Amino acid sequence: MNLVTPLNRVLGLGTAGGAGEHWWVQRLTAVALVPLGLWLAASLVGLDDYSYAAMVAWIREPVTSILLILFALTATYHSHLGLQVVIEDYLHAKALKFGALLLSTFGHAALAVAAVFAVLRIAFGPAQ
Amino acid sequence: MQRVERPLSPHLQIYRWRITMWLSSLHRISGLLLTLGAFVFAIWLISLASGPDAYGSAQAFFGSGFFKLLAALWALAFFYHMLNGVRHLLWDVGYGFERPQIRKTGWTVIVLALLASVLFISLAIF
Repeated sequence: MNLVTPLNRVLGLGTAGGAGEHWWVQRLTAVALVPLGLWLAASLVGLDDYSYAAMVAWIREPVTSILLILFALTATYHSHLGLQVVIEDYLHAKALKFGALLLSTFGHAALAVAAVFAVLRIAFGPAQ
Repeated sequence: MQRVERPLSPHLQIYRWRITMWLSSLHRISGLLLTLGAFVFAIWLISLASGPDAYGSAQAFFGSGFFKLLAALWALAFFYHMLNGVRHLLWDVGYGFERPQIRKTGWTVIVLALLASVLFISLAIF
């Protein structure tokens, strides 16, 4: 039995049409997260302490703000794609699977907005 | 409709566990841990954006010994997932599928992840 519609087969797509892009974006975000993640780890090592003043001063630096936003968006999307695969692999009951996917999608959307907003608020807020 | 009893492929407990299977499972588990970590990281950023008082209150959790243990676990998950992710990317471009290679890269990932984690944990967490 072939689950691919004739049109999608012609277009070179899978049953839902999104698998190829899902796979590709997962790799794309993975590649981007290697330097971004290493930068974040190195930055945390470079901080004197995690005091309020030190953290705000660090995030207010333009390069930090930009890279932190890039990291937050890339990591959130990568996490969203990864968790989606895990949910689809292990949750088979339709309602449970749909609910989990919905919760994951909303949660990750909120995560991205919250992280970006927090960084911007600190970056444009008063210096310490 | 009557359910057809089809033969099933052997499940996990049938196979002898090899390093490749451990690492594959660990990639998922570390990924899930990092998803959780991303949410906690965002909460920490929000507390920072909410001002010194909110950040001070949040430090009751983020400054605790329990959180340091969590952070150490996340560091381990982070370095493992990243290094094993590179291993996956190498497979994606067609490198490293031979059995000796797959074991060698697997052990390399374990050693490097442990070294990087110990270094990071000692410098940035404890």
